[in-house]
Amino acid sequence: MDRSPADAVTAAGRRRWLRPLTPLPWRRPLALAGLSVIGAWAVIAIFAPLIAPQNPLSQKFTILVGPSAAHWFGTDELGRDVFSRVLFGARITLPLAVILVIAAMIIGSLVGGIAGFFGGWVDNVLMRLADLVFAFPGIILALAIAAALGPQLRNAVIAVVMVSWPSYARLVRSLVLSARSAQYVIASRLLGSSGLRVLFVDIRPNAAGPVLVLAALDVGNAVLLLSGLSFLGLGAQPPTAEWGAMVAEGAQNFNDWWVGLFPGLAILTVVLAFNFIGDSLRDLLDPRTARAVRL
Amino acid sequence: MSSASATAPTAVPRPRGGGRHRDLRRFLLRRLGTGLVLCVGITLVAFVVTHLVPGDPAAANLGQRAIGDPAAVRAFRHQYGLDRPLPMQYLLYLSQLLHGNLGISEQSHRPVLTDLAEYVPATIELALFAIVLSLVIGVGLGIVAAVFRDRWPDQVIRVVSLSGVSMPIFWVALVAFYLLFFKLGWLPGGGRLDPTQTAPAHLTGLFTIDALVHGQWALLWSALRHLVLPGLVLAIFTVGMLTRFTRASMLEIMGNDYVRAARLKGLPEHVVVLRHVLRPALVSIITVAGVAFGNLLSGTVLVENIFAWPGVGQYAYHSAVNLDLPAIMGVSLFVALVYIVVNLAVDLLYGVIDPRIRLS
Repeated sequence: MDRSPADAVTAAGRRRWLRPLTPLPWRRPLALAGLSVIGAWAVIAIFAPLIAPQNPLSQKFTILVGPSAAHWFGTDELGRDVFSRVLFGARITLPLAVILVIAAMIIGSLVGGIAGFFGGWVDNVLMRLADLVFAFPGIILALAIAAALGPQLRNAVIAVVMVSWPSYARLVRSLVLSARSAQYVIASRLLGSSGLRVLFVDIRPNAAGPVLVLAALDVGNAVLLLSGLSFLGLGAQPPTAEWGAMVAEGAQNFNDWWVGLFPGLAILTVVLAFNFIGDSLRDLLDPRTARAVRL
Repeated sequence: MSSASATAPTAVPRPRGGGRHRDLRRFLLRRLGTGLVLCVGITLVAFVVTHLVPGDPAAANLGQRAIGDPAAVRAFRHQYGLDRPLPMQYLLYLSQLLHGNLGISEQSHRPVLTDLAEYVPATIELALFAIVLSLVIGVGLGIVAAVFRDRWPDQVIRVVSLSGVSMPIFWVALVAFYLLFFKLGWLPGGGRLDPTQTAPAHLTGLFTIDALVHGQWALLWSALRHLVLPGLVLAIFTVGMLTRFTRASMLEIMGNDYVRAARLKGLPEHVVVLRHVLRPALVSIITVAGVAFGNLLSGTVLVENIFAWPGVGQYAYHSAVNLDLPAIMGVSLFVALVYIVVNLAVDLLYGVIDPRIRLS
């Protein structure tokens, strides 16, 4: 939902992204915490079939049993083990989060790059389109798209991509605009490079830093939007163990708090971890806040 | 930041003498123009999205038996103009719009305008309550964080605000509902009033305001109590957003020489913070508040569903799920209008906060 980081990143990254990043995250507790949590979830996602005590889809007669030694997170209305379902949920959310953001990044960067580089009416048309999508509250547009395409996880992913590309387009456009008059671009043009070559070979690597920071800040929002759509029944369909859909099951049995509590906590930890990482990255790249943080 | 920044006015020294009113009028007129374009654009986006896709409104709205009857499907498609070419459909919609006709909802079988008139006040009341809450809490926490920069209150607030923007709002709504209503019974669980109460005489449609105007104190109290839970939940994300932003912009301003000068001439710290730092920071804070309001509208879709709040969020959800095209278009128009009004309000507030800023 939060689309504001785009502009904050712009000024910062242009100058600073070349600085080596590697040693610094380790000195930041929040970044470290974020990386560890994501790492842990990645391990869980990969080894879910080995770690999970039960099959996430297998139904038993022990329905809606509270947390116990046998079922750490209790069981849901069909007697499925909530703990196993939460673990398996990572296999859906984590890869999709990455795919979503990469897709939005590619589309947005292409649109923004073309708009910024060619300018004129191309720029006008593309950026007005981006503004329109931007003006729409994300979930309402995503809701309409997902509903129109049909309630399916794949369609929800498409919907989220379609509402999240404009922030990348704006960022990349501003980066390209400022690079257009840079010495290295002029030099490349003088050497006879074509416009597209300049855009993809010369400008692209220089825009990569800020765009990646925006992506890191954006992953969390993408996860929230996607799970929100699933919660509304427009994403993952039963019996898929997807966190948003599991919270919706919890909403139907809210007397039995464990059904909805744990999948929601899973979403929270993943999004929080991504935001920790994104926030630290931005601090690192933004000279204004970098001074405020002791290194 | 973000959308509002494109239109953010720049600080230009105001010329002596008149002309200010003319400037304002010209500014408002131009805003009206771009607003109209935006409305058309947004309806176009909504139209394209809902029409160029495989979903079939006839299938979504007709019953099992009717869908098997080609005559019924044809009649349905004809009634809602779905049998015409797409550009025609859109132009038809626009010309109807000019006459104040937003079409008939395929679900409620009422004019969309009637539906919206019923649901909009509930959402506006909820969103206004939540934005005031977010501003008070968010800006307050942001000030504290900036003043105690890098010390423990700042660290705590940083984690709190990051958590705020990381929480799935539908989940927070459920947890709050479970704890504060179901377990503790401190707050009412859903709706705008208790089931036994009747709404105050319609004036604005905002129950709190209407009850206040009519002096119905019990009703006012009940309406406020019903607002607290959904309002708080809705505000969690925007509180986080505003806190982080307030802190950042205050810190940026604190580095200025004139702030040091104010301290050096012996002004008490609270005067320095509130008058010399917060006031200039407010310009960017209200820009973000404008963006935050858009976020609140997104949130209402999820929150209204859980708290049985009869607003546009629920209406948007039901019309999207049932592919009720006229209703979706109506909601989009409402969204566009809110966007225009909020941006206008933000721009006008710039001038109030910083008199150097001229609207041009």
